[in-house]
Amino acid sequence: MPLITLRDLYKTYYLGEVEVQVLRGISLDIAQGELVALMGASGSGKSTLMNILGCLDHPTTGEYRLEDQEVSSLSSKARAQVRKTAIGFVFQSFNLLARTTALENVMMPLTYSADTLSTRDMQQRASALLQRVGLGDRLEHLPSQLSGGQQQRVAIARSLVNRPRLLLADEPTGNLDSRTSEEILRMFQELHQAEGISIILVTHDPVVAQHARRIIQIHDGLVVDGIGPEAPPTAAETPRGAA
Amino acid sequence: MTYYRTLRTALRGLRRNVLRAALTTLGIVIGVGAVIAMMEIGHGSSIAVQRTIASMGANNLMILPGTAASGGVSFGAGSVMTLTPQDADVLAQNAPAVDSVAPVVRARTQVVYGNHNWVPMAIYGTTQAYLQVRNWTTLAEGEAFTEREVRNASKVCLVGATLVRELFGGDSPVGKEMRIQNVAFTVIGVLERKGANMMGTDQDDVILAPWTTIKYRVTGASLANPNQSSVTTDPNAVNTLNLLYPVTQQSLYPVPSTAEQADTPQPVRFANVDQIIAAARSAPQIPAAIQQITTLLRERHHLRPGADDDFNIRDMTEITKTMTSTTELMTTLLLCVAMISLVVGGVGIMNIMLVSVTERTREIGLRMAVGAEPGDILRQFLLEAVVLCLLGGAVGILLGRSSAYLVTSLLHWPTAASVGAMITSVAVSASVGVVFGYYPAWKASRLDPIEALRYE
Repeated sequence: MPLITLRDLYKTYYLGEVEVQVLRGISLDIAQGELVALMGASGSGKSTLMNILGCLDHPTTGEYRLEDQEVSSLSSKARAQVRKTAIGFVFQSFNLLARTTALENVMMPLTYSADTLSTRDMQQRASALLQRVGLGDRLEHLPSQLSGGQQQRVAIARSLVNRPRLLLADEPTGNLDSRTSEEILRMFQELHQAEGISIILVTHDPVVAQHARRIIQIHDGLVVDGIGPEAPPTAAETPRGAA
Repeated sequence: MTYYRTLRTALRGLRRNVLRAALTTLGIVIGVGAVIAMMEIGHGSSIAVQRTIASMGANNLMILPGTAASGGVSFGAGSVMTLTPQDADVLAQNAPAVDSVAPVVRARTQVVYGNHNWVPMAIYGTTQAYLQVRNWTTLAEGEAFTEREVRNASKVCLVGATLVRELFGGDSPVGKEMRIQNVAFTVIGVLERKGANMMGTDQDDVILAPWTTIKYRVTGASLANPNQSSVTTDPNAVNTLNLLYPVTQQSLYPVPSTAEQADTPQPVRFANVDQIIAAARSAPQIPAAIQQITTLLRERHHLRPGADDDFNIRDMTEITKTMTSTTELMTTLLLCVAMISLVVGGVGIMNIMLVSVTERTREIGLRMAVGAEPGDILRQFLLEAVVLCLLGGAVGILLGRSSAYLVTSLLHWPTAASVGAMITSVAVSASVGVVFGYYPAWKASRLDPIEALRYE
């Protein structure tokens, strides 16, 4: 069973009288445990696609199945439910809460998702994740006391705290220098290999996309098939809709 | 998401900007503080006003004997003898709404001291409880007579301030002897000045003595004559007008001589008093006191159900009404002030919460992205507002209490702690938080997470 199945996905915005077709029939499959890069120039529709994949938005028409669950027509409340159980987000600008310690930043999603967890358990889980991203000695530091790379690692720990099956990273290295970028991308690769989490990297940077096992090119709201840089895609991984 | 977690999140949100939270809640602090201070000072003044009015006799109840009627001609209130001093004792012991009771025997006659004479407005024969009933327990000089002196019919009396002036020429009368109808009384105390009552009658023109003394030594004729005020029309009484207008009343029967009276003593069944004066414990208890007095007296007087009362009870309706309306006016006034200041505080909260929502748009977007439902966001911001208001309320109570304390200690105004005011203002500040926090919170929960995340 593929993790994500998209079929004939359309997204149309209405700016007054003008109708803007951003996605024009996207169909693709992403299997469980894949590390995929979603590439495209700005305006290609990749952000819109990412919002739909992240259940922040719903398509105008088309089918989106996440783990065999049809999510394209869910209410906003039900989408929030999907987000907190299945999806983790990493943003370009980190989006950490200011004046809040790293530990509390990582714990924050749990306040919405884990009613049954005690505060102690929440702290343990969060500090274990911070340990894992190499910030075990910076639990009580505020974002302003951390470097950009460290902040992004806090954000990655935060995205993992709900144990998602899918990690969406929107330009995760856009605000980082090349050396730190490399570190962060290594971390994604390592997470992907060790935990088997499916990761989608959204980027316009081919260097970043190189780190993925498969690249999906978006152009003008359509999938332009990309080839995995390290290994040719197997038949199962080939997006059928783009053929 | 549990409410406890929401509360923690809200508190954390507030802690991130302590200064702003403090400034936001300042409106509520001042509002609630003003309310508490006003309520306490106002409450204190109100109690002081009530006490003053009560000293005018607002809680007093007059129990008068019933009306005698003969052939359709009524003789007016107090024309039969039905009240006894024992009635007063029973009322004092058995009516819980009654604070104190005193029997009263009236006389109006001349008093003489040295070469001065004077006819006081009232000579009251009563017990020491009278002072308590009239709220007159502080004496200007000397001390009140005791129960024993009442029992022994001692010839002692208390005099009012007017008498001191008219009879004693302003000298201290304590220990001096004056005559009331040729009975020598020792003055043992001087009553505090009370001034005129609402009808303009001088209340200081009074002599208080044990009722036994007045009854048996001064108005000895009262057993034969039910209306003691008619004593003054006795042609033998000292009255300069008698010369101009001689009393023309003819006695139909020959007046028995002293010897004849001694030979045929009148049977005395009981000692009656002219009236009983009682004080209710407080103004609201007046109806209960009337009820209890009626029940007790009907029982004591063996009145059958359906029979008319043989006594009348009068209360000071006019004064009581004044008192009630004064209190109500004050309360309403204070409430208006309270409402205005709290609404102003609430608008301040709404203002800052709206700014806060705008400022934290990205945070809201992030919370939504990690799975917060609109309801969670709504609750979080609402709770922030409510917590702000409650904290403001708590600080406001402290502020109000301490300013009331300052007013008491510096200005010597009476204040009274009002638990009701505290509970009300906390409840009101919480509802202000809900009402004025709702719109910003609702606005936050309606944000589109994509837009919110992109917000700069």
